[in-house]
Amino acid sequence: MKSCLIVDDSRVVRMVARKILQDLSFHTIEAEDGLKALDICKRELPDAVLLDWNMPVMNGLEFLIALRQLEGGSEPKVVFCTTENDLEHIQKAMAAGADEYIMKPFDAEIIQSKFAQVGLI
Amino acid sequence: MKSEDFDLLSRLVRDRSGLVLTPDKSYLLESRLMPVARKIGVKGLDELVVKLRQRSDASLERLVVEAMTTNETLFFRDTKPFEQLTRLVLPNLLEKRAAKRQIRVWCAAASTGQEPYSIAIALKEEGAKVAGWKIELLGTDINLEVIERARAAVYSQFEVQRGLPIKLLVKYFKQMDGDKWQLNQEIRDMVQYREFNLLHDMKSLGQFDVVFCRNVLIYFDQPTKAQVLERIAELLPDDGVLYLGGAETVLGVTDRFEPIPNERGLYRPVRKK
Repeated sequence: MKSCLIVDDSRVVRMVARKILQDLSFHTIEAEDGLKALDICKRELPDAVLLDWNMPVMNGLEFLIALRQLEGGSEPKVVFCTTENDLEHIQKAMAAGADEYIMKPFDAEIIQSKFAQVGLI
Repeated sequence: MKSEDFDLLSRLVRDRSGLVLTPDKSYLLESRLMPVARKIGVKGLDELVVKLRQRSDASLERLVVEAMTTNETLFFRDTKPFEQLTRLVLPNLLEKRAAKRQIRVWCAAASTGQEPYSIAIALKEEGAKVAGWKIELLGTDINLEVIERARAAVYSQFEVQRGLPIKLLVKYFKQMDGDKWQLNQEIRDMVQYREFNLLHDMKSLGQFDVVFCRNVLIYFDQPTKAQVLERIAELLPDDGVLYLGGAETVLGVTDRFEPIPNERGLYRPVRKK
């Protein structure tokens, strides 16, 4: 079973994402900000990260940059999932090593489509 | 709905589009035709049927048929057909058509353009391999309204996230106001659109090397499926290729096509002995 770390400061968004990902047979782990997510990744890297942008303590982009510097940190597929829906943010995310990008609002179909595109499904 | 009303509507839709509506689909008539009823200012389907009975009104009949034909589509739908296109179909054509350097592709139910544009993008991504080739992409649909949308190539945020990898969104689309995205002119120029009914004579469309006719035949009855497939076979050379949807097959429908082994959804024409 593949693992997916859901990083979002909204408990509701994490809950919706968890349900969708569990239906897609992922084992899910959750973190409410980038720093907590990074701690989890330092212990064990997940196969995938579903990543919000705007969060307290450490935002999604800062987390991604730090993740990619960890040993083996280039391995997890990182899919942004954010309300930052403009081209500039998307380009920044791709440059920092994001594999895919979901513009909120999202649904099960979009998550499935994006995860399939990066070879997670 | 009264059975005579259902009969009138289903006959009209079948005669014009080939779409077969069985009585268990009467809910579809209700849900899709209520907006048409509102549009023409009548209260419900009863009155809509009265209007249709009163006199022959081509524009009202068109509204009804267009509302009933399904327009569900997405970019790179099912992924596999586009992988087959660049791995198998295109290299084969580049070899066989090296003298002419011309390839013609037809999307027989182009809907709002996602399929023809996915083909255009897939071909564009092939870069130097197709440089200097004349590639004609024709997208047709029975529904004029969706053709207009295809030509405009403006898609919602929801639509561009279904099937389209983010790298291709960034590369080929520009962001408009709000949550709309428009495909760039270069890709739009690769596709010509035309209104066309699959039940009509296809000869005027010319010959094609590849025909995409995916997820259309499922709505037709068996004789109509056979007729459409046989006409498509006439438009393809021996080394041409037909794409059908994942849930569709030629088996038991016509012997004018045979499956290409190990390539799901791909068929080649069989010549009459």
